[in-house]
Amino acid sequence: MSSDTHAHHPHDHAHAHPHPTLPDEEERLTYHQTMEVALRELLIGKGIFTADELRRAIETMDARTPALGARIVARAWVDPAYKARLLADGAAAARELGIEMDATHLLVVENRPGLHNLVVCTLCSCYPRMVLGLPPDWYKSRAYRSRAVREPRAVLREFGTVLPDDVEVRVHDSTADMRYLVLPERPAGTEGWSEERLAALVTRDSMIGVTRPTLA
Amino acid sequence: MSEAAPARFAPGQRVKVRRADVPGHLRTPWYIRGHVGTIERLCGAFANPEELAYNRPGRPAQPLYRVRFRQRDIWPDYHGTPQDTIEIEIYQHWLEPA
Amino acid sequence: MRGHHDMGGLPAGPVERKEHDPVLWEKRVDAIRALLAKRDLLRVDELRRNIEALPPDAYEAMTYYERWISAITSTLLQRGVITADELASKMAEVEARERSGS
Repeated sequence: MSSDTHAHHPHDHAHAHPHPTLPDEEERLTYHQTMEVALRELLIGKGIFTADELRRAIETMDARTPALGARIVARAWVDPAYKARLLADGAAAARELGIEMDATHLLVVENRPGLHNLVVCTLCSCYPRMVLGLPPDWYKSRAYRSRAVREPRAVLREFGTVLPDDVEVRVHDSTADMRYLVLPERPAGTEGWSEERLAALVTRDSMIGVTRPTLA
Repeated sequence: MSEAAPARFAPGQRVKVRRADVPGHLRTPWYIRGHVGTIERLCGAFANPEELAYNRPGRPAQPLYRVRFRQRDIWPDYHGTPQDTIEIEIYQHWLEPA
Repeated sequence: MRGHHDMGGLPAGPVERKEHDPVLWEKRVDAIRALLAKRDLLRVDELRRNIEALPPDAYEAMTYYERWISAITSTLLQRGVITADELASKMAEVEARERSGS
């Protein structure tokens, strides 16, 4: 079982939670912030989109959180037929739960006794945004992108996840059109739990594959 | 609707990633070039991102595979267990029979 | 040659667990990208190509969304959706507004 070795508040929850933000954007605009303002005003001026459409696009993004992925996992845990459909076609199964997937090709990879999956995008930051929201900074970092493919077990240890030698660690490098969601193993001791209660156990980090759900 | 290029490889087949070095936008990571793996599945056919990167259509769509490699075959000093694997999506034109 | 972005397998230090919630200007960058893609004015692979073309020191010095806004702008310039002159003028105008505190 993974242990919580974080010294700081764990960033592995499915619900929205405030995190530190970067320096106050009300301070002087940086060069790139200036570029963003300029580009936005030019594009709105050209009628390419409206301020309202931009605002709605942001709201749509904000509504996507790991809670979506957690619902998928919880449903798969309680419903074997759903799980089979999920593994066969992740996007279609997500849509069954009312989750908008656009053109996303979602490949769900199942953790099993003896197999642990880990997802990375070494080339950029491909991430299943439609079911997890925006990726965390560390997922996009040089250290994760470089090392997750080369020394996954060391990276997992940094997240408090230690896997025995008889477990295969399988890394998925998201290089093209597929997006990946890890289906974690259902923790023991959760028999008879409701889907809602199960979903609360499913953290964003467990759906990337750096941690495993615990009852803690 | 344009057709896709025909799929040349089948699941279970051994393939080698071409050790090519070409300019432009590529989605075949450097670390996997020249290595041999096994086709895990055909994902489908997709417009070639190397062409999309220049706002060209990237047609005909290219078969995209997931290829599985043993980590110990990729990294000379792999610190893990022999059964650890890595799976990567690779476009057909980067693959040749092993 | 190996691209600077093509970093799988290269040595690196510990994964910094730090996270920040994207601030508003960053979300706007993301939303602008989404709207432009919907209108077929930008493809994600054009964006990636432009990020990959950044000089290595710029790639390292810029934050994730700084790279994005830079690449979005490059793409739109390449496509002719905006001109260099329009962009420069508008950026100067924004800077002037900033300085005058309006």
